[in-house]
Amino acid sequence: MESTAHTFKENVDDALQKKNLKTAMRRLETTIGPARLAARDRLPEFDALCDLAREIKDHTLANLDVYLENYEAKVRAQGGHVHWCATPEEARQKILDLCRAADAKTVTKGKSMIAEEIGLNDFLEANDIEPIETDLGEYIIQLAGEPPSHIIAPAVHMTKEDIADLFFEKHQIYDMPRREEPRELVDDARKILRPKYGAADVGITGANFLIAETGSSIIVTNEGNGDLTQSLPKTHIVVASLEKVVPTLADVTTILRVLARSATGQEFSTYTTFSTGPRRDGDLDGPENYHVVLLDNGRSAMLGGEFRDMLRCIRCGACMNNCPVYGSIGGHAYGWVYVGPMGAVLTPSLIGLEDAHDLPNASSFCGRCEEVCPMRIPLPKLMRLLREQAFTEKLAPARERWAMRVWAALATRPRLYRALSEAVARVLGNSGWRRGAFRYLPFAGGWLAGRDLPAPEGRTFHSLWRERTRLEARAGR
Amino acid sequence: MNEPSRDRIFAGIRSSLGADSSTPLRRTSSYTSNLIPARTQHEGIDLKALFIEMAETVKCSVARVAATDEVPQAIAAYLAEHNLPTDLVMAPDRRLDEIPWTAAPMLAFRRSAARESDLVAITGTFAAIAETGTLMMVSDAERPNTLNFLPDNHIVVVDANDIVATYEDAWMRLRGAGEEIEMPRTVTFITGPSRTSDIELVPTLGAHGPRRLHIVISGE
Repeated sequence: MESTAHTFKENVDDALQKKNLKTAMRRLETTIGPARLAARDRLPEFDALCDLAREIKDHTLANLDVYLENYEAKVRAQGGHVHWCATPEEARQKILDLCRAADAKTVTKGKSMIAEEIGLNDFLEANDIEPIETDLGEYIIQLAGEPPSHIIAPAVHMTKEDIADLFFEKHQIYDMPRREEPRELVDDARKILRPKYGAADVGITGANFLIAETGSSIIVTNEGNGDLTQSLPKTHIVVASLEKVVPTLADVTTILRVLARSATGQEFSTYTTFSTGPRRDGDLDGPENYHVVLLDNGRSAMLGGEFRDMLRCIRCGACMNNCPVYGSIGGHAYGWVYVGPMGAVLTPSLIGLEDAHDLPNASSFCGRCEEVCPMRIPLPKLMRLLREQAFTEKLAPARERWAMRVWAALATRPRLYRALSEAVARVLGNSGWRRGAFRYLPFAGGWLAGRDLPAPEGRTFHSLWRERTRLEARAGR
Repeated sequence: MNEPSRDRIFAGIRSSLGADSSTPLRRTSSYTSNLIPARTQHEGIDLKALFIEMAETVKCSVARVAATDEVPQAIAAYLAEHNLPTDLVMAPDRRLDEIPWTAAPMLAFRRSAARESDLVAITGTFAAIAETGTLMMVSDAERPNTLNFLPDNHIVVVDANDIVATYEDAWMRLRGAGEEIEMPRTVTFITGPSRTSDIELVPTLGAHGPRRLHIVISGE
């Protein structure tokens, strides 16, 4: 997928102009937010399981070569194939080759962020193979020609009216009336997609996990589309990245206990399917060919650097559901596949900081992302590291770096800092106390375009504290 | 095997890991389970009651019968209640043959994998997991996986003896006495009927898989 992460600031400006976006994004906070908390509270061991999940993944990453070799051997022993791809180009080409070998005209697809990462749909289309997204959210954004705005709820930015209009326009060949209720829209999509599963020559799914012990790929879904995609066509292609591997069934079971609870607040997702190799002797259904396309795309290098922690991510989406910045600007502003706090860290690691150095700034460092991350990824720390790198590599505009330098000069000189901040507080306090807030200030037009600055009370904390200490000393306490 | 990318990727991983890549593997088998939540572990727990409670929470419907000979009538009653056809597709699972289907003569069965036109599927289950009201389905020649997904209505017959506490217990059953686990082609954990929240985050049942999931538990 082409990235627009380098125009993040413009993307944000556009996003803030969109009227329905905030309403749509706020739903994450009001629905999934409380559901996650309730699910967490129903399981007293939740925190202990998160610690364990972190340890399992850390151990796996520290021995990634061994577990990947084990995994590959197990897949081969079951009659499946593993294809190693260093780059998105290689992965796309490999998948195209496999589709051509299956003489494919259409492929159905389960939801896969790796497929988005390698820009698979456009590539298949350009090569005369029709990709059909079957996850409802992915189906919607495919019709709309948009990228996903959330890693598990790709169409969360759209209202039901948007979707009703879209379906009415795109479903004319099926002669369907315009309907608006979620129930009706779900039924329309179900009806259209049903015959596609069986008619497709190839089914492509992602994988939430790969298991070294058994050579299985796992998909976790609620709709059942992924299972129809991987069981009806003759060929099943799994596309996954290296770090999806976990050692054993017991380990994946532990992580599954925290995945759905963190993602949607469900105790367990509706369908969790472990697929191991192609159809067996006597089987009445299932694919005849089973392929796994394993993508590196910079992850083996991440393993050796400061961002290894990010490879623990299980793509639950809790960090974005709880991020005030993501909640205001939505996913498209991030400009690439991965969004929210996890995207702000992962995107620069995968496509280069040069093209994404604004993303780590999309955080108030409130720390909620780290707090809700079931894999205990220190997202604020990683974003801070990226900010430092962007500064030292001179990626930020000169004005920003100059401002940083002024700030640093002040912050490391406490006396000067206090004197100046007291003066500013006094001036702003005097001129603003009547109105209570500023709508405009020189040099801060952009910052104040979308919000007001509350006027300071006229004194800084330090000066109040000094006075209090003095008074207390005088009172002899 | 000439796979330049494979070599490149492994070289990259090993150079990133440095010396600590040769640490002995602690985890090689599922025999050692990790932390098990206490929910199912206290003494005197009624696993059947917990399973039913959890399954109903995720919008399954549950019927209880005393023995297998009451299963056909229970299914016929469910079909009538929901105005569903009595032409059914049933897994060619030998364990389902133990049920005296002639007790409900109006039911007609085809024993095969699912087709797009099938409205009602009947299957057994490998294990029912009380912790979250989850059904564990395994696939083989007698248990085609498409029956779990394609028909609009899925009726699952559960022997009360197959209700276990946790996923780990279900894995141990599958492992049996063997050293290494023999994974079936597919293992599917099913927790409730198909659903989606992709439109305005409104939970809606019956996205692509079954709209209804009905569980008939036989035995005490």
